[in-house]
This record gives sequence, C-alpha cells and structure tokens, in this order.
Amino acid sequence: MPLTGLDLSAIWLTLELASLTTALLLLIGTPISWWLARTRSRLKGPVGAVVALPLVLPPTVIGFYLLVTMGPNGPIGHFTQSLGLGVLPFTFAGLVVGSVFYSMPFVVQPLQNAFEAIGDRPLEVAATLRASPWDRFFTVVLPLARPGFVTAAILGFAHTVGEFGVVLMIGGNIPDKTRTVSVQIFDHVEAMEYAQAHWLAGGMVVFSFFVLLALYSSRRFKPALG
Amino acid sequence: MNAALEPALAQQAGGERAIRARFRVDYAGFALDVDLTLPGHGVTALFGHSGSGKTTCLRCVAGLERAQEGRLEINGELWQDTAAGVFLPTHKRPLGYVFQEASLFPHLSVRRNLEYGMRRAGALEDRRAWDQAMELLGIAHLLDRMPDRLSGGERQRVGIARALLTRPRLLLMDEPLAALDLKRKSEILPYLERLHDELDIPLLYVSHSPDEVARLADHVVLLDQGKVVAQGPLVDTLARLDLPTAFTEDAGVVIESVVAEHDDGYHLTRLDFPGGNVMVARRPEALGRKLRFRVHARDVSLAVARLEGSTITNLLPVLVTDLAEADTPAHVLVRLDAEGTPLLARITRRSADQLRVGVGRRMWAQIKTVALLG
Repeated sequence: MPLTGLDLSAIWLTLELASLTTALLLLIGTPISWWLARTRSRLKGPVGAVVALPLVLPPTVIGFYLLVTMGPNGPIGHFTQSLGLGVLPFTFAGLVVGSVFYSMPFVVQPLQNAFEAIGDRPLEVAATLRASPWDRFFTVVLPLARPGFVTAAILGFAHTVGEFGVVLMIGGNIPDKTRTVSVQIFDHVEAMEYAQAHWLAGGMVVFSFFVLLALYSSRRFKPALG
Repeated sequence: MNAALEPALAQQAGGERAIRARFRVDYAGFALDVDLTLPGHGVTALFGHSGSGKTTCLRCVAGLERAQEGRLEINGELWQDTAAGVFLPTHKRPLGYVFQEASLFPHLSVRRNLEYGMRRAGALEDRRAWDQAMELLGIAHLLDRMPDRLSGGERQRVGIARALLTRPRLLLMDEPLAALDLKRKSEILPYLERLHDELDIPLLYVSHSPDEVARLADHVVLLDQGKVVAQGPLVDTLARLDLPTAFTEDAGVVIESVVAEHDDGYHLTRLDFPGGNVMVARRPEALGRKLRFRVHARDVSLAVARLEGSTITNLLPVLVTDLAEADTPAHVLVRLDAEGTPLLARITRRSADQLRVGVGRRMWAQIKTVALLG
C-alpha cells in the first residue's frame, strides 16, 4: 500500500478544506466582485488592493497576522471567545478562515472580470422588461457570468489545495484536524520518507495538471450579448 | 396628418393623452435641457445628429439616465418629478424599449426572451397579444432558436416583439435600424410602418436618418446640442426655413400622396397630392393607397416659365413664400407653396438674383427626383 492511513486522512482533510473554502469564497466573493465591477467609489482601488494582497505577500505574513488576530488576545479571538467558540488557531475552522483570505483574489478576479464583461446593457434591457435589481442579478448576471464562476471555483479550489505556509502558521500540524497534503509531504521529507513523499507529491502534480487542463480547455467565453 | 393631429394637440391642454417631459442633465462637456409636450399617441421622432442629446433624452424618459432635474408625465401619469422627489425606477415604468442593437439575452431562446418581459408584466397569458406580435413581426418560425442563430434584422424584430409583449403604455426606440445594413433596414421598415398604423400607444423614435423620420413619424422634435430647435407636426416642421444649418444641408419636405394611376406601358405610377402630382417608376401599391415621399431641396429647381422639351416631367406651379440662407453662402433655400403643399428648393444665389426669385412670385418648380418612402 503506497499511501498510509495518515496520508489518506490528509488527502480527505485537504479536499474537505478546499470544498468548504470554495463554497464560502463564492458566497463572500460574489458581492465583493460585483461591487468592484460596478462601483465608481474612490474605495474601489484600496479594496481591490487589499483583496489582491495575498497574491504578493509571503503566506507566512498572512499566517502570522491571522494567528495574532485570531489568538486569545486578538480581536477575532475575543469575538469567537465571546460566542463561546474558543479560539480558531490550530483548528479546522481556523484553517478555513485562513484559506478564505488566502484564496480570495483567485475567486474575486475572475468574477470581477466576468461581471465587467457583461456591461450595463443586459441589465438595462432587463430593467426595461420590468426586472427588479435582484431579479436582474439572478436571471441575467448569474447565467451570463457562469464561465467566470466556473473559473473562480476551479482556481479557488486548486489554490486552497496547494497552500502550505498559511496552514503551517495557523494550523500547526495536527493529524485529522489541520494536517493537509502539503504539510504531510513536508513531514515525509523531514522524516526522509522519500517514497511516501513521491506518491503524494506526484499525485499533486497530476491533480494540478488536470485541473488546469480542464480550465484552459473549457475557457471559451461567449460574447456578452447576442 | 396635420389635421388629424390638431384635435390631439388641442386635447393636451386638458392634461390627457400627452407626454410632458422636462429634463436637465449636465455632464462634463455635454448638457441636455429640454422641455417637450408631445402628442400622447402616434409616432414622435427625436431627430438630430450624433451628440445632439436625442438618445440621452430617450434614456431619461426610460429612467435609465437620472436627470438632475426632471419631470415626466405620460398621459396623465406622473413618472418623475425631482421637485416632489418622485422617481419611478425603470422596472416600474410600463414602457417598452428597443435598443440600437437588439440586445437579446444570449442565454435564452427567442421564446424565453419574449416570455422574460411578459412574465414580469403579468402578460404571460395574453395569447391574443402573442399571436398579434407573431403576425405583426413575422417571428413565429424563430421561437426555438437561440439569438446567435438569428440575422441582425430578425434579432431586431424579436427585440421589438419583446418590448411590445410587456403591454407598454409607451414605446421607446433608440435608432433600431442604425446597426443594420441597407438590406436589413428595408426588411424591417415595413414592420415599423405596420406598427405605426396599428399601435394605439405613443412611440418615441430616436433617429438621425431623415428618411426614417419622414417615413415613420407624425410629429418631430429636432434636437441640436442638447436643446430643442423645433418641434411640431412632421410636414410643417421639415418645411421650416428657420432651422440651424446643421439641418438645412439635408433639407427637404415630406409629401403625403395617394396612388392615383398606373401606366403599365411606360411602367410609371402617378401620385396625387393637394397641389399637383408626380410620376414615379411603377409602384406595387394598389390604387388609392397612401404613400409618403420626400423631396430634397437640392432636387428642386425653379423656372420662370413652364419648360417644354425637358426630360424633367414633374413640373408644379408654385408661389415663392420665403427665402433663407442655406448651408453654404453660394446657395439660398426657397420656400414654395404648391397650392397648399409646402416645398423647398435649394438654388444658387446667382440664379436667385438672375431670375429675380422673390416672395410673391409665381414660378414653376421642377422636381428632378423624389424619394419614395413606402
């Protein structure tokens, strides 16, 4: 058996983390992207920059600040403690929160592009056909932005699967709770278990390749309006 | 047409069946300031060059553009009044809007595109309106296609049907033919003309094409640089001499005529109108049908006596009623009266002096060509 029980549980945990993170990101990222795509506010620049920060910052920096703010003396820590949830670092929930921050730009940017590509016209058309703003969003924007949602979901999922630094900083290395595949590979290498590391690392290469293949071959955006 | 409009205009004083629109919009480099009172039925063309503000004006009526100051009343209903804080958002205004490009939803079939507006307007069960729209616009065979499988003209027809099927109380069209080539244009114009004849709601039609306006409109508003230059019944307004030069370069009049005689030997048709007749190449229309045609001022020349031995066969006795500057200093515009039918002629200043063309003089107008609009 090339994969041990610990390896399998790391794989399972990684998929769980990535799925949950992706779902949350689509929920949170959609209104942010919509706002960024439509607003003429001066805050557009600053908000866009904050969302994009994880693209350039070392994951350890993000992990460090999340650790501090989510810790017992940080603002998020105070909040979660007052809710009776304890503190988030070194828990699965903490990993999800960290991953949401870390993968946010990979979801927001494709969505923002998709929303911008739709333009004003289809929304104006829908308004003249008596569709209210929410109605317009669900019946016109969502269907027309579908390729953007597919791209956003794939990138968000894949990027979360690939994260390492943030996980190590705020998740520690607790089997079944916070030990993801990337950390498990690190452990194998530290323990000189290269064969084990190969199986997981090779699996990641194959997985990533097929994800990107799917992405690039399905990327056929239709024109916004016919 | 004029006579038909007068009672309607008189009725406006009573506050019924009229569109009253006042908008003031200020953008960097562009200002719109209009105050319009339009008949509450028939086709009103908003006519002007690009940048004249005609589309902005239409968007204000639709609520797509929010004028800093505005008041809009459609046949007695208040849709907007900034002074009173009233602004009906677009989706609550019972209007139909046809955009320049048909703008069908690409993810919905033709049928679902049509049903999109019907459902929201509560008109989904209206089979009669459905059948009427199918018949009027000839789109029944397209229902199951996706928009990207339609020609430009078909798309625009579906766009018009989609707007009509929401049971609008006002129909707005923003240059619905501008994105189409000549062939598609002539494919759609007859549908618009039928609309004109059968529609009992007011239609505001934005255009920069004099031919379209001449063919479809009953009433016309001329816009230039965000201001109303002239408004009134089509025939009277187009024959005015006091319009800015932007409009005189393409000056001409529209004449409403009746198909009076077909000459099959020479393949000609005689069109009668009060004040005379013209012969044109054989028309398919039956005798008695109404036909509008346009006479460009540049196609009308003047003679002191009836010219014999000319290839121009369309000669009318006219009375000179006015002279005005034309678009170039070399030309003058002459307003003529052919026993009640106004005509415009654009002639050189030199000819005007040599022939002593002056107000009150009786002359012969030679019409080189007429543009048929039917």
